[in-house]
Amino acid sequence: MQIDLRTVTIPVQRHSFTHIADRLGPDKTPTRYQEATLDVQANANFHYRPTWDPDHEIFDPTRSKLVMKDWYTFKDPRQYYYATYTIARARMQETAEADFEFVEKRGLAESFAPAAKQKALDVLVPLRHVAWGANMNNSSVCAYGYGTAFTAPCIFQAMDNLGIAQYLSRVGLLLGDAEALDEGKAAWTSAPVWQELRRYVEDTLVVQDPVELWVAQNLVLDGLLYPLVYEKFDAALTAEAGPTVSMLLRFQVDWFAETSKWVDATVKTAAAESPENAALLAEWIGHYRDRAVAALAPVAELALGADGAAAMADVQSRFAARVAKCGVAL
Amino acid sequence: MTMTSEPTPAAKKKLGLKERYALMTRGLDWETTYQPMEKVFPYATYEGIKIHDWDAWQDPFRLTMDAYWKYQAEKEQKLYAIMDAFAQNNGHLGLTDARYLNSLKLFLTGVSPLEYMAHRGFAHVGRAMPGVGARVACQMQSLDELRHAQTQIHSMSNYNKLYDGFHSWRHMHDRVWYLSVPKSFFDDAITAGPFEFMIAIGFSFEYVLTNLLFVPFISGAAYNGDMGAMAFGFSAQSDESRHMTLGLEAIKFMLEQDPDNLPIVQRWIDKWFWRGYRVLTLVAMMLDYMLPKKVMSWKEAWEIYAEENGGALFADLARYGIRPPLGWQQACDDKEHLSHQAWSTFYQYQGAAPFHTWVPSPEDMAWEAEKYPNTFDQYYRPRFEYWAEQEAAGTRFNNATLPQLCQVCQIPMLFTEPGDPTRICYRESEYDGETYHTCSDGCQAIFDHEPEKYVQAWLPVHQIYQGHCFGPDADPTSPDFNPLLEVIKWYRMDVGTDNAPYEGSRDQENFQAWKAMQTKN
Repeated sequence: MQIDLRTVTIPVQRHSFTHIADRLGPDKTPTRYQEATLDVQANANFHYRPTWDPDHEIFDPTRSKLVMKDWYTFKDPRQYYYATYTIARARMQETAEADFEFVEKRGLAESFAPAAKQKALDVLVPLRHVAWGANMNNSSVCAYGYGTAFTAPCIFQAMDNLGIAQYLSRVGLLLGDAEALDEGKAAWTSAPVWQELRRYVEDTLVVQDPVELWVAQNLVLDGLLYPLVYEKFDAALTAEAGPTVSMLLRFQVDWFAETSKWVDATVKTAAAESPENAALLAEWIGHYRDRAVAALAPVAELALGADGAAAMADVQSRFAARVAKCGVAL
Repeated sequence: MTMTSEPTPAAKKKLGLKERYALMTRGLDWETTYQPMEKVFPYATYEGIKIHDWDAWQDPFRLTMDAYWKYQAEKEQKLYAIMDAFAQNNGHLGLTDARYLNSLKLFLTGVSPLEYMAHRGFAHVGRAMPGVGARVACQMQSLDELRHAQTQIHSMSNYNKLYDGFHSWRHMHDRVWYLSVPKSFFDDAITAGPFEFMIAIGFSFEYVLTNLLFVPFISGAAYNGDMGAMAFGFSAQSDESRHMTLGLEAIKFMLEQDPDNLPIVQRWIDKWFWRGYRVLTLVAMMLDYMLPKKVMSWKEAWEIYAEENGGALFADLARYGIRPPLGWQQACDDKEHLSHQAWSTFYQYQGAAPFHTWVPSPEDMAWEAEKYPNTFDQYYRPRFEYWAEQEAAGTRFNNATLPQLCQVCQIPMLFTEPGDPTRICYRESEYDGETYHTCSDGCQAIFDHEPEKYVQAWLPVHQIYQGHCFGPDADPTSPDFNPLLEVIKWYRMDVGTDNAPYEGSRDQENFQAWKAMQTKN
């Protein structure tokens, strides 16, 4: 080990890059989140129009109907840049890995009550495909959205969605086998209970407005689906057959709690920008909420039987309170 | 795959990596029916590439997200520990000398913004490709590229606090004359279709040319005591190897899917080889002139990484009917000239560049002569010696006339005719009643194939002459209006520090003074 015996103190010439000093003032030392985010996306003098979308610039705020004076008003309360994001997820996956290992080693899946096991497979395995749709949608928002502050968290979200699809696949493989995944996919593509949800997902895959798509996916669909499945269904299954499956879903529970902070902060910022934005958000949220509620009702019934409707109603009223807290009046 | 009828826990564990990855990733997609697939993947066909079976895509690496997070987090923890230690211990004073910093300025203003563009570009392609395997690999690369942009920004942030020329990289990248070279390169790729993007960036840049960018900068950092840049370079290496395998899989997949894809892919290879090669002009100059302690010459780098490695690659691709790119031979011939012509240009335009230039010292010129026995003494030494005399006489040569730029690569017309290093190469094309100028047969061919695209280029010199590059407080009607000075200010260069010759620059003085504080009493 080397020990420096002489200490040299050097006065700094400047505290940050000029695009950051323009925002924070010249005397502030920015955080790494700020350095990694603020104005990182090019915003001027693009050379060519996309051949795949000649009506827009490469990065173009008019792809969305939402209007922001400054797209860097958005802030991720988690302050994620690549390093903090991967380190946070690495911790979560370590916990998840330990949970899966615990269940595997003790043969807990084998001793899980068969009816509950089948129920878990029926409800959880098709959700791999919902997560996959979410992955595509967040990749889309990252590509076509405007400003690093808004778009960078979307690639994190997209990869999380993929990770969740993979965790759900592991649940299917652990409780069942490869055929359980095939059966889940068959149910997803043809069983009536899943069709309205599949329609919702497919309809979002063609939404062109990146903020609308973001709302439809991250606020509305996930905002209703996650409490329904990972709270209500999880609790019912645990009550019926013990916590084995619950252990295998911890990642999603923690993930939803964490990412909701970012989702809420983003909605709040967009709504606070102008009454027009608040009205637009209300329109989008109302539209997609009605569709998502209709799409999830049969899933709630599949998961919770006669208690499904009450669970859905509770999830919905909490969602309404959440949206109101973000400054959007529905 | 085979499964026993009653799977036991032990049987489940026998899933091979490939099967397991397939189950966890490949099965996730489905044929949409509520929306037509053409609407879900609207950019999949307009380039004319025919794909019949996306299942034939071979996943170049089988990394599930949990493993990705685990490996990448370990790398990030190490990398930031090194960066912090480097900053806290004044690691910059271990550099060979302050001239080295100019390579980093070139990197931060020219290359790091491209890493970010790669992030967004791969997010786009990672959404647009109809195949699951291709999409996941592209999305993962998108995330990696964000990593590279951000770690580079963080690493150079320390230098920015102490040295000049780093502070306005974002602003400059979108405006400064020579930075439109890398910017237009990536704008060109991202505005192309998703398949062309894969050939442009995934294959031509990441696979064919990446070593010529990566090795010079990172070895340059290692040779010159820059632990900070070296650390992010080495840390990025395992990401890069994933990106290279993706690029190679992409091209092989396209070629295997349909014979009609061959001429399209070949044309893209021709174009993107030349486009990428032109961007590497900046690297050639860095390698031969800007590193105080030199790693290897551009010519040597070209021989190893292009002629040997690239030659082997194209020999391998010959079985698909692919031939080496047009322009390959000219690039090989030009290796004797490229760096000298480029450095001469930047020397003349010192006033408009935010990094320092200098006349090579007699020792450096001896190195150039040894590395370039066929050309340096004959064509380039007299010019540098003349400029050295001018400097000594207090009349440093500064070119006040703006250069003409190539319509495609946007480099000033500084390259010479093939086979005649005494004559500048000019090419002209007509389009829609206007004349457009290009620097080479390679750039002219690119222009002629897609003139409607290249006429859109935001050419910095044209923009200056059209009056678009002055700040709001500039007054062209005032009698002492100095247009070039106003442009430099609009670039946000600090006049007299950022754009000064190295000798006597603030970087040089500070580095020496701080070094003395560290080593003397």
